[in-house]
Amino acid sequence: MAKIEEYIPIVDESVIDDLRLLADKLKGRVIQHINSTPVGGGVAEILSRMVPLLRGLGVDTKWDVMKGSERFFEVTKKFHNALHGRAAEINKCDFDVFMETSRDNLNEVDIYGDIVFVHDPQPIALIKKKAQNKWIWRCHIDISNPHLKVWHFLRDFVVNYDAAVFSAPAFSQMLPIRQFLISPSIDPLSDKNRELPQETIDMVLRKYNIPQDKPIITQISRFDRLKDPAGVIEAYRLVKRYVDCRLILAGGTATDDPEGLKVLEEAREKAQQDKDIHILLLPQADLEVNALQRASTVVVQKSIREGFGLTVSEALWKAKPVVASNAGGIPLQIKHRYSGLLCHSVEGAAFAMKQFLNNPQYARKLGENGKEHIRNNFLITRHLRDYMLLFLSLYHPEDIVYL
Amino acid sequence: MDSGIPKAKEPFKFYTSFHLSELTGLRAATLSQLAGLLKEVSGSCIYHHTHRFLQQHQYLSPEPPNDFAYWVSEVLGEDELGEKLSSIDTIRFSTIRSLREKIIETIEGYLRDNPFAKLRFAGQGEEFHFIKSVSFVLPADYAAYDLIEFQEIVSRITIDSIYFHIFESRLRLEKGANDFSNWIENSLGNKKLADEILRLDPYTHTLEELRKKIITLIQKHALV
Repeated sequence: MAKIEEYIPIVDESVIDDLRLLADKLKGRVIQHINSTPVGGGVAEILSRMVPLLRGLGVDTKWDVMKGSERFFEVTKKFHNALHGRAAEINKCDFDVFMETSRDNLNEVDIYGDIVFVHDPQPIALIKKKAQNKWIWRCHIDISNPHLKVWHFLRDFVVNYDAAVFSAPAFSQMLPIRQFLISPSIDPLSDKNRELPQETIDMVLRKYNIPQDKPIITQISRFDRLKDPAGVIEAYRLVKRYVDCRLILAGGTATDDPEGLKVLEEAREKAQQDKDIHILLLPQADLEVNALQRASTVVVQKSIREGFGLTVSEALWKAKPVVASNAGGIPLQIKHRYSGLLCHSVEGAAFAMKQFLNNPQYARKLGENGKEHIRNNFLITRHLRDYMLLFLSLYHPEDIVYL
Repeated sequence: MDSGIPKAKEPFKFYTSFHLSELTGLRAATLSQLAGLLKEVSGSCIYHHTHRFLQQHQYLSPEPPNDFAYWVSEVLGEDELGEKLSSIDTIRFSTIRSLREKIIETIEGYLRDNPFAKLRFAGQGEEFHFIKSVSFVLPADYAAYDLIEFQEIVSRITIDSIYFHIFESRLRLEKGANDFSNWIENSLGNKKLADEILRLDPYTHTLEELRKKIITLIQKHALV
């Protein structure tokens, strides 16, 4: 696990000095993170990097994981889809399952933090244990257009928190509590993002039988309908009429996402027998994901809905030209025509891919801009700073805080 | 050893500031709504939307100078108004209040001259979201007594510190001029250098360019 000093060559020493200044202001406070899965998905990934770094800075940080049955996670997956605005049949029984598991966790989860930082809807009901400490609800989901039955159910919990955190402005709601905008981040030293020698990249491509004979278009994502793997295949087929290329669809599944394998099968079916489409199930294969992104000519993220879309940051950090949907937190990462191309449809995605494939200099320039944008705004060092500011804001209601 | 360079009685103490974005839940889909909310939101919102780009897009040039201009041009397609908003000379305003009035006046004046612009609206998900900036100001543990020390610290301190002393202190804390010019004139008595730094339009530089310009000016004066 990287130490905070190791980020100095990437972001400069003064940035790390600032983090130390802030950490010093949090001395004596215990931060307790709670989420629903120790591995898989963006939340666990961020916490697994962030918690040790906060500790390294001297902020007493702990991470607890709630427990839930398969049935509970089926319900929370339905909630997830409903919050993303997808029509979902949610009945009283689902809410009962949610509350039953929440009650079990209220009995089992020990709350000891001065600041309790709850991630996503699964552990949201733990707020019932609020005492004199401060509670934050971190929503990693796009709730710009939520299914109201589910949102109203969750809102009754949210309003009891001291603050809520969202990843994009459009996700904010009219709430009686403070709401902050904090983007997630990538770790430039993790296996998923660190520099790789060409031999490693070649080795990974050989392992998955992917020849480097033509341009490679890649989407790295969990197999989830909201990531639109079918739409990516359609866009690839439109591109393929004019530019011979390969498509890689690669990703894992999370323990709290029971739908993943079904979507993977659907993607395989749609790809039929096209030998230039490579569909890879890569659970927890960070180094391989890194290699595939680095081997790509163009990276795509054609999500229908997106919490933030960290795969976009990952690709931009590798200076790749990225085509991505104008959804969720993606427009924060891509400024259209400056640091990537945004799209709204299969046809738009295909057109943007062709622009990149046919204009390598343009693609390179946007990729380079994108990398600088990520360096300034979406690396874990900025995220650490924002979280420490968030913790401090709980004790300072004013707009200008003198520390 | 005495370098012969003037020493200040009071050192320049460097501060730094960090910003957290607080969401207000307020959003506008039309120019009339935008102008209406601009009158209601806190000064911290106006500050956020006119200064956010400086820190977040410091590598890009040219950049839309404020969020209002970007939204009006890119989402509503009102390029002329977008240009008017982006060319508001922020450095001429010494308070957020006066800057806010200028922005509102620009939008309302445009709507009077172009009534059809009222019919433009943003699609779902493309509304303007009002965000306010929460600033955290803290000492950076650096102090300078003369221009040599000052230049040395300016060359290695974070751009957040430079940002604070040049932009935030002047406008948000309403000090009239930037902190660097204030100290150089009042504590070192070097009005010429103070004025030269004052004359820079910081809004048309990236922060790193600004750092370089300030260092060049100090070197020119410190070595005289």
